[in-house]
Amino acid sequence: MLAAAAVAGLAAVAVTACGGGSSSGDTNTLTVTYRQFGKSEVQKNYLTGVKAEFEAANPGLTVDLQPIVAGEAEYPTKLQLQMRSPRTAPDLIYEDTFQINSDIDAGYLRPLDDKIAGWADWQNFNATAKKGGTSLEGKVYGIPDGTDTRGIWFNKQIFAKAGLPADWAPKNWDDILTAARAVKAAVPDVQPLNVYAGKGVGEAASMQGFEMLLYGTNDTLYDESTRKWIIGSKGFKDALTFLDTIYKEGLAASPQQVLDPTWTSKVGQQLIPEGKLAIAVDGSFTALNWQPTGAVPWPEWSTVMSPTAMPTQTGQGAGRISLSGGWTWAIPQNSDNQDKAWELITMLSDKQHQLKWAIENVQIPVRNDVAADPTYLEANPTNAFFAGLVKDTKYRPAYSKYPRVSSEIQVATEKVITGAASVDQAAAEYDEAVRSITDGEVAEAPGS
Amino acid sequence: MTSMTLEAGTPRRSSGRRALLRGLPLGPAVILLAVFLGGPILYCIYAAFTDMALTGSSGIDFVGVENFAKAFTSPEFGRAVLYTLFFTVVSAIIGQNVLGMILALLMRSGSAPVRATVSAIVVGAWVLPEVVAGYLWLTFLGPDGSLNAILASIGVPTQNWLYTTPILAVAIANIWRGTAFSMLVYSAALSDVPTEIVEAAKVDGAGTWRTLFSITLPMIRRSIATNLMLITLQTLSVFGLIWAMTKGGPSSKSTTLPIFAYEQAFSFSQLGYGTAIALILLLIGGIFSLFYLRILRLEENTS
Repeated sequence: MLAAAAVAGLAAVAVTACGGGSSSGDTNTLTVTYRQFGKSEVQKNYLTGVKAEFEAANPGLTVDLQPIVAGEAEYPTKLQLQMRSPRTAPDLIYEDTFQINSDIDAGYLRPLDDKIAGWADWQNFNATAKKGGTSLEGKVYGIPDGTDTRGIWFNKQIFAKAGLPADWAPKNWDDILTAARAVKAAVPDVQPLNVYAGKGVGEAASMQGFEMLLYGTNDTLYDESTRKWIIGSKGFKDALTFLDTIYKEGLAASPQQVLDPTWTSKVGQQLIPEGKLAIAVDGSFTALNWQPTGAVPWPEWSTVMSPTAMPTQTGQGAGRISLSGGWTWAIPQNSDNQDKAWELITMLSDKQHQLKWAIENVQIPVRNDVAADPTYLEANPTNAFFAGLVKDTKYRPAYSKYPRVSSEIQVATEKVITGAASVDQAAAEYDEAVRSITDGEVAEAPGS
Repeated sequence: MTSMTLEAGTPRRSSGRRALLRGLPLGPAVILLAVFLGGPILYCIYAAFTDMALTGSSGIDFVGVENFAKAFTSPEFGRAVLYTLFFTVVSAIIGQNVLGMILALLMRSGSAPVRATVSAIVVGAWVLPEVVAGYLWLTFLGPDGSLNAILASIGVPTQNWLYTTPILAVAIANIWRGTAFSMLVYSAALSDVPTEIVEAAKVDGAGTWRTLFSITLPMIRRSIATNLMLITLQTLSVFGLIWAMTKGGPSSKSTTLPIFAYEQAFSFSQLGYGTAIALILLLIGGIFSLFYLRILRLEENTS
């Protein structure tokens, strides 16, 4: 009996001992979690300024900025693990639109409709951007804070050596191949073309790489009307064939280099600034690296590099294609300071802060009044170009199955560029994997 | 309880109480083990039979053996098992074990400075944290690594070893890192072999090899079995080394079961499936242990 009591007592001690140390338990602290990507401290510096402002407006309140220094793939995992428990859940999180539907389905996030109802600023946000933080059922869970577009960066100096025009505007995929072959022949020591592929670079391979090709064909990934994932499409195989061609012909880097998880930063921070890459299919945000506050300041970048739109396969449709993502601010269900978190969101979302953020982070504003602001358009020579792509941009089907479908896309591209499987084999294995991931919610592409 | 105390009478009862009091100091340790070791294992077993997900669905449903069925019908899982077995056999059972034994035998006849230098180097590799060892090998075997620099200087074509032979590369790194353990175990075991017996064998005309195989090895066979069991279990669960070197790639060509379980649980958000794979790994470890324990027992019965 005595022993049993002792055991119970000790157990209680053990339990309370490990239950302590919770930092987010008090309402005087507002924990904000965001992602810090490698050496880039643009967001850290920006948020530190906002923190001071918000604390001045709310005496007694501390804003605790908690960056997660992680790669593309690890950030959501760590965030999800934090949000699972009330003891570790942050009060405000920076959430990728690509993860948000999945996290909504998991019940991690709090709907914000009641807050938005009394918020006049909401009408200044553009409609497509709003969709990024909205669930399938139409509830808003995330307030967008910026978007991006994707296109082609090319090096005018290398182009001049290869006899290519400085106002290059490819009309179809063949134009890209022709230019890349010309560079390969004339300037042998540079890499002619980069299109991301493989599991190493994660979502970049799906979005900056494969989907930029696929969405320029007549096919897509997902049928919005029937809510089914599309398999067996010709476009899927054509996009893989394009990758196969450029990697087989040596127009791209070797598969070994491309599969390196740090390849995206190597491209933006080494190859392009060092003049070792002629054509890069990449995002508007790549220029962030070269700003005075970026990872590798490069004052001459705007005279060397020029952006152009990614063409569709044969010039069909609008003739050009882009993909957009973006980030939102969201409040976890387990947050214990939701009112203050919302107040901070409204501060982050007002015109003045959105303008500052769009300029500093070299991104496309989600507020119409910011996008039209001359300060924004003049801040960076390529801002107007990339903002102009919004017209023809597509969004990923970022539903809860998307992250796993996206992984399968990366696997398929990796198989093709390493020669582990033929295009047909890789496409067939992708179809099989998607069928299993979505529990059969797939549709065979018409005419295949 | 009451009926037992009545039957047992006073002496048994007091001895029972004494045993309990004597056991009391063990209490905290037992509770800590139960809470921090038993708890997670039970939770892991529970999770393996559910569709628990990191994101994408809020409810947790019991799905029976579905996760296990999925694993056993998946070709990726099959490949991961093969890579795990290859990794374990090559790096632990052959590499660390044989190399550790050779080093221990050679060290016996080495001079004191040689012994000290060799053991410092070998143990140094073992003391390094797993991830540091992983990065060392990454820089050694990588495309611009030291190995390629050496090969290029003598005119041998270079290659990215982590790309062309990933599973062998991580296996060699694991041999490098883990040999010290076997060497230490075998050195200790060899010093326990009575010199009279070895000398008697020599007097009877046994050569070096004959003495080794008929006297020394049989005498330390229990240490060999124990060592094999320990290094097998350690190697089965190697994660950091492989993650730092190849992340299981390229194209999953160095994905062993721990890497596979991590990917399924955290990259693909299927916590239930990931823990099911972890449980299978536990089972494989259990089978290896049973096998070694059985050898030990057979040995005991025959001797």
